[in-house]
Amino acid sequence: MMMRGIQAAAQLEETGASQSGPVLRRLMGYLQPFWKELLVVLGLVLLGAFTQAAGPYLIGRAIDGAIAKSDRAGLNRTMVLLLVVYLAGWVASRFQLILMGTIGQRTLARLRIDIFATLQRLSLRFFDQQPAGDLMSRLVNDTDVLNQLLSQGLAQVLGSLFGLVGIVIAMLALEPRLALTSFVVIPVMLVATRVFSNMSRRAFRDTREAIGDVSAELQEEIAGVKVAQAFNRTGVNQVRFAQRNAANRDANVRATMVTSAFPPVIDVLSTAATAIVAGYGGYLAIHNLVTVGVVVAFLTYVQQFFRPIQQLSTFYTTAQASLAAAERIFDLVDTAPDIIDPVDAQLLPPVEGRVVFDHVSFNYGRRAAANIPSSTTASSASTLVLDDISLDAQPGQTIAIVGPTGAGKTTLVNLIGRFYDVVDGAVRIDGWDVRDVTRASLRSQMGIVLQDSFLFAGTIIENIRYGRLDATDAEVEAAARAANAHDFIMRMPHTYKTRLGEGGRTLSQGQRQLLGIARAILANPRILILDEATSSVDTRTELLIQSALRTLLKSRTSFVIAHRLSTIRAADQVLVLRAGRIVERGTHQELLTRGGMYAELYRRQFRDEEPFELVRTA
Amino acid sequence: MKVLLRALAYIQPYKFLTLGALLSLILVSVANLASPQVLRIVIDRGIHGKDSSILVWATLAFVAVAAIRGVFNFTQGYWSEKGAQHVAYDIRNVLFDKLQNLSFSYHDQAQTGQLMTRLTNDVDQLRNFISNGLLQMVSMLVLLIGSLVALFSMDWHLALVVFVTIPSMTAVIIRFIRVVRPMFRQVQARLGALNGVLQENLVGVRVVQAFAREPYEAARYTQMNEELLEANINTIQGQAASFPTIFMIANLGTLAVIWFGGYQVIGGSLSVGQLVAFNSYLALLTMPIMMIGMIVGQLSRAIVSAERLFEILDTQREIADRPDAITLPPVGGRITFADVSFRYAGSERPVLDHVSFSAEPGQTVAIMGQTGSGKSTIINLIPRFYDVTGGGVLIDGHDVRAVTVESLREQIGIVLQDTTLFSGTIRDNIAYGRPDASFKDVEAVGQAAQAHDFIAGFPDGYETIVGERGVTLSGGQKQRIAIARALLRDPHILILDDSTSSVDAETEYQIQQALNILRRGRTAFVIAQRISTVRSADLILLLDDGKLVAQGTHDTLLRESELYGKIIDSQFEGERVAEPEQVVDNVLA
Repeated sequence: MMMRGIQAAAQLEETGASQSGPVLRRLMGYLQPFWKELLVVLGLVLLGAFTQAAGPYLIGRAIDGAIAKSDRAGLNRTMVLLLVVYLAGWVASRFQLILMGTIGQRTLARLRIDIFATLQRLSLRFFDQQPAGDLMSRLVNDTDVLNQLLSQGLAQVLGSLFGLVGIVIAMLALEPRLALTSFVVIPVMLVATRVFSNMSRRAFRDTREAIGDVSAELQEEIAGVKVAQAFNRTGVNQVRFAQRNAANRDANVRATMVTSAFPPVIDVLSTAATAIVAGYGGYLAIHNLVTVGVVVAFLTYVQQFFRPIQQLSTFYTTAQASLAAAERIFDLVDTAPDIIDPVDAQLLPPVEGRVVFDHVSFNYGRRAAANIPSSTTASSASTLVLDDISLDAQPGQTIAIVGPTGAGKTTLVNLIGRFYDVVDGAVRIDGWDVRDVTRASLRSQMGIVLQDSFLFAGTIIENIRYGRLDATDAEVEAAARAANAHDFIMRMPHTYKTRLGEGGRTLSQGQRQLLGIARAILANPRILILDEATSSVDTRTELLIQSALRTLLKSRTSFVIAHRLSTIRAADQVLVLRAGRIVERGTHQELLTRGGMYAELYRRQFRDEEPFELVRTA
Repeated sequence: MKVLLRALAYIQPYKFLTLGALLSLILVSVANLASPQVLRIVIDRGIHGKDSSILVWATLAFVAVAAIRGVFNFTQGYWSEKGAQHVAYDIRNVLFDKLQNLSFSYHDQAQTGQLMTRLTNDVDQLRNFISNGLLQMVSMLVLLIGSLVALFSMDWHLALVVFVTIPSMTAVIIRFIRVVRPMFRQVQARLGALNGVLQENLVGVRVVQAFAREPYEAARYTQMNEELLEANINTIQGQAASFPTIFMIANLGTLAVIWFGGYQVIGGSLSVGQLVAFNSYLALLTMPIMMIGMIVGQLSRAIVSAERLFEILDTQREIADRPDAITLPPVGGRITFADVSFRYAGSERPVLDHVSFSAEPGQTVAIMGQTGSGKSTIINLIPRFYDVTGGGVLIDGHDVRAVTVESLREQIGIVLQDTTLFSGTIRDNIAYGRPDASFKDVEAVGQAAQAHDFIAGFPDGYETIVGERGVTLSGGQKQRIAIARALLRDPHILILDDSTSSVDAETEYQIQQALNILRRGRTAFVIAQRISTVRSADLILLLDDGKLVAQGTHDTLLRESELYGKIIDSQFEGERVAEPEQVVDNVLA
């Protein structure tokens, strides 16, 4: 048990909160609604501590006052009292556990809701800067650390603290000389615990690194096993893995050396205290300076007071880690949403779908200059990602946007749904500035199909219905048919009720895309944003997707980040974007005749297609 | 249980360590059992007998017992963990070796993440049981029996009174194992579900925001949060009903000892020292019972883990050398498929259905067909990644099953669709198939694969680290390194699963050049994605749903096969529409 404590503490992160005070106060704020229950908990903890101290005292009194004097009635009285004390202790610890645990869990549940609500308020700007994986693992770890503190740690430490105080008082009251002599062991024990926890922390850091290496190697070699077999490399890999595996084993054996030494040392110290009581107490008893009962009571006390000392000395580490976790969580909760509905925001009435960009400029650096991932823009925070963009899309038109990676294509379409706010100029829909209407009413009239359709864990029907929650089964099916997804869905084991794994991994990319299109068709938005996929799918699926897209684009205002020639050809306007500016615009045909950059791109493409032309005529 | 015995066989090489740990543990237990006797002597003979020399001896005895216990406690913990770490090491190695050698059909099914869990978590569970649970079980028994013997030999009346506490504590523990432990699992499951929703909302934030589904997601999250809270509170109540109760029963045992024992002391049949010693034994008795819960948990987890580990070890290795397998002599490169059929284990549908063809040394064979028509299967059968279910694959007249796998694959160069690179330097990756290759050779194939220029562009050149901790390469760059890797082996037979990955036109051209060089003078099998490859092939195999529907040269097939014409047409369509953006990127960038 003791070993556990020190190991657990050693495996925690070593960072503390930068400002413990405010974090602690804030954490207390979460506990405040439970102040009545907390008072009861405090009472129960005190009662528990009292019964812990009273037990050995009563036993001592029974031995001295009753047994030694052959007082049967006295023994009965003391024993009934002891029974009451034990029962009280049982009730106290039981209800203390329930109350404190419940308070802890309720607090944690509230914290989780706060975190989630915060995440929902934040704009894409925030998520661009935080890789989902990192954010996820941090949130999971941090709430877990806090869970440990709130549900057990706090009550346990209070119990230890008061229990220790109770025992110390009882010992001092019973026999100060014997008490003070036995306390000699305490500082030694504190130092030993400190030293060992530092040593084991170092040792465990090594083991964490070693097992990390093993895992990395495993991951790579299992994922690449086919290549290894193809190249007859398995033998070499086995030797290499065995080396890392051995390094891990040796690091662990070294750590074990430390952790195995700790319990015996503590054990020896606690026995030393027993020996002091037996020897010195016995000496006092022989000279009638104390009674046998006192010595017996002391023997119990010294055995009881080492556990709380252990717990208190490792609690410091736990508390530090918890505060650091809480601080990170509060930092997140405090992140001010950069896009909020104005107080007088209107509901956007059903729109025709005219989209106007009026001299729009945008950069990612407007808010506190955090790191912008290079995938979004290669420019520094101060340069504009979009520079003076003006466009006018009439209801029902298809606007194709082409340009190199980093030209600002994605940013441009993201401004329509107000996923970011413009820095200059305005985006208007049917004359409404997108900043003057509620985001919900704006986005409910928009549909979006991403390169890789994100699917939720759940059934196929649930995933399509995400487009419109109140759609009937028949409507979902109609949308799936329109998206050319119905056929493959019917071939799935449970057709529409087939459960998709995490992220829809069980489907091919093409199938995921068809579901994404079905979702958008079901939503039936006036304005559609489409980011065509770049990765190739097989010919059959490609044709399905193209025909589904034609259905989807029909009679809505559509903005397409285009990768397909067929889409570009069919567009009403083609915008060629470069470094945040529109460098050319017009229809495919107009741009070709103009003989500018687009035309050149198109010609260069024909050079590559030449052999295929030969094939066709052959 | 059988499974555990099998796992315990891995302790065999470390039996002395384990025996040492076991012996230490027994000595510790004996020392524990001796302490109350020392106490008895202190009280009865020392204090009551007013004999201070006894006190001195007893105190020294305490310290001596503690020291012995300390030493053996250490050796017990250290040796058992050391042994267990070695066992874990051995098991991990055996598992890794097994996984490295299991054939493709196994790895097609297995998920990397799950295999990882088995090699890390499951091995740890087993290790934990071996180092902790196993020995604790022994120590539990020693303490339990030892305390009972001591109690009954001191005063059997009193012992009987105390004995009642054992079944009642055990009952509470059993209830805990049966009722409360499943609650922990429920908490874990609900927490997992809740975090699943959180994860989806982080990864899919764009979709959630775009469809304005925040209220829906919040409702979902809140409901699952409530469910988790409920499960947590249930668990807390279950816990609260267990441990405080066990402590109380133990306390009632103490009460009984003092009360009835007190009467016996008054009656003169028991001494105060014996009473105190009796009480100490009671504490020793409680300890093992408290541990039952922990050990049962460890035991059941270890069994589950061991089962999962042995499942891997017991998997039949499908592709193995026959006892009479010969070393494949250097081949010319004539490859014959003689009436080959193939279907995956457990599947009714043949992936290849009576396929026969022959490729002469130096020929380029292009394989065409829709997704799922069996193209990849053909190329996977040549290096014997799978075994045919009918017919035979012959290389220079040798059936691939009659030669050793190593000698067979040695002569085949493969560029797989999945151009996995391993963490390490570029040079390591090119020399993957021939770790002893000289730098000159590596550089030469780098050049031949059109990779030299971009490699030389890195500050560290061929020593540039790639993979998770290094430079990220583009798809086209990875592909060229994979080509160099295959080229370094200078194989007589070359296999290219050259599927389209999105690379720009310029890179594609370079890759094409590299492939043309690579093909020269070797028998090459190419899964054709590009018309130019098909046209220059000596033999085109056209597959449809596992059947070889046509074979011949481009010109013959254009004349003779309607399907071929169609496919050429549709692929031309597909390729053309997929390209403009990439060209745009390439020119503007």
